[in-house]
Amino acid sequence: MNLQFIADGLIMGALIGLGAIGVTLTYSILRFANFAHGEFLAWGTYFTLALASGFGAMFGGSGTLGSLSFGWPVIVAGVLAALLTGILALALDRLLFAKLRDRGNAIVMVMASFGASMALRSLLEFIFTSEPAYFSRDIQMALPMAFGIRLTPDQLFLLAMTAVLVLVMERFMALSTIGRAMRAVSENPVLARIAGVDVERVIRATWMIGGALACAAGVMLGITVQIRPFMGFDLLLPLFAAAILGGIGSVPGAVLGGLIVGIAEAAAVQVVGADYRAAIAFLILIAVLLVRPAGIFGVRE
Amino acid sequence: MSQAILAIDGLEAGYEPGSAIVRGISLEVKAGEIVTILGPNGAGKSTLIKAIAGLVPKFSGSVALDGEDITDSPAHVLAREGLGFVPQTENVFTLMSIADNLRLAADILPKRERAAKIDQMFALFPDLARQRQLAAGRLSGGQRQMLAVARALIASPRILMLDEASAGLSPKLVGQVFAKLAEIRHTGITILMVEQNARAALALADRAIILVEGKAAHEGKAADIASDPVIRELYLGLAPAKGTA
Repeated sequence: MNLQFIADGLIMGALIGLGAIGVTLTYSILRFANFAHGEFLAWGTYFTLALASGFGAMFGGSGTLGSLSFGWPVIVAGVLAALLTGILALALDRLLFAKLRDRGNAIVMVMASFGASMALRSLLEFIFTSEPAYFSRDIQMALPMAFGIRLTPDQLFLLAMTAVLVLVMERFMALSTIGRAMRAVSENPVLARIAGVDVERVIRATWMIGGALACAAGVMLGITVQIRPFMGFDLLLPLFAAAILGGIGSVPGAVLGGLIVGIAEAAAVQVVGADYRAAIAFLILIAVLLVRPAGIFGVRE
Repeated sequence: MSQAILAIDGLEAGYEPGSAIVRGISLEVKAGEIVTILGPNGAGKSTLIKAIAGLVPKFSGSVALDGEDITDSPAHVLAREGLGFVPQTENVFTLMSIADNLRLAADILPKRERAAKIDQMFALFPDLARQRQLAAGRLSGGQRQMLAVARALIASPRILMLDEASAGLSPKLVGQVFAKLAEIRHTGITILMVEQNARAALALADRAIILVEGKAAHEGKAADIASDPVIRELYLGLAPAKGTA
């Protein structure tokens, strides 16, 4: 049996997991399903593309780093784009969600996020067109790993990057002041306020972190596949499946959920063909909701 | 005469504008005092204390902490300004460890003071210190109440407010909670507490206010109220005190 699908699934799962961290934090802290989250992936990627192109044009540094298909302009642009995507998420909250949040209607917020998703995606298409774009068109040679599995240097970088980001996020949530405050607001916002937590500050941090990680996931997807305005929207269902599977509010859960969804999708391609790949995330979502609604690391309320 | 730590003047508060539950309450709590708010169910006791803590909208009147107007201050600012509050239910973060519950509350203090304050709370509540890494959700009702009090005390509040600290506890645990509150009063902390357990509250408090339908029906020394047969029977559901029947 060809085990390459496991590696493919891990790559896609790592991307989904990174994106799902933002979904799970938004869901647990702001208490609504933000269907515009996929657009943060796409916008973050296009921010990176635009900035990297600008850096390349200005400084002429379009070379590559070692065996990777991209160079320092993409890395520097990615960091700045993560900040910009966080600011975009924050701006969306200020302009839209904060006003609805004050009225306390979660359903209206979910519907508003649908609208925001369409608006952001259309704006992206308007600015960049729907033609696919690439960070690099170079073809990379895959390196043999073990058990017949082959990975490109970009894919190895992506896996390492995901591991680092997840570890940093996990430690951040466990040890930092704002991470503790985020956990507190996620569990009991009223008690958090009583304990002196500035909930508005926590909300701002949640948008910034969620946006930045969405950008990271988008850039990695852009590096390994291609860049399209629909790239985030297409990933939305797997993101939610991963967040729910892992347990809402759990950072490690979101990543584990992402890996499971990614590997299940890749396995499905082997068994039933690529046409049914998207259905797998949906099936996993339904199965989890029926069997263990709180998810792997979630706690039943 | 000592200065009022908490001064409430003509406070009207409730959940819906136009239907105040707390109706024109005025009261003062002086430094070092224990004041208890008693009254029948639905009298507005919890609404009053939640309004003071910034959790229920205030429609009119004013609240001052140490002479500073805090009427419109949000709950998280009040916590930082020295108003410690222990809610009746859901008063600990069940998914967080005991230590993290205290760390969270200590985060509003300057960094250099945090560790010492947490150690101070563990010294005051040794039962919590023994299991500091345990998730708070695994604690018994009495232990949770102790953790909630420790959480509220960690920032050295100017006043500690408790909403029915004895609710849902066995008589033995009620005794332990009140014994701990008596211990805390000796540290000089001012306490305002809403209680259903009138007997235990009056035994501990200096003064008492009896709320009926959102208004202060009686106010006086706890010992006087405890021995007033009419108040005991009408408002507190207690049998007349020995020698007064």
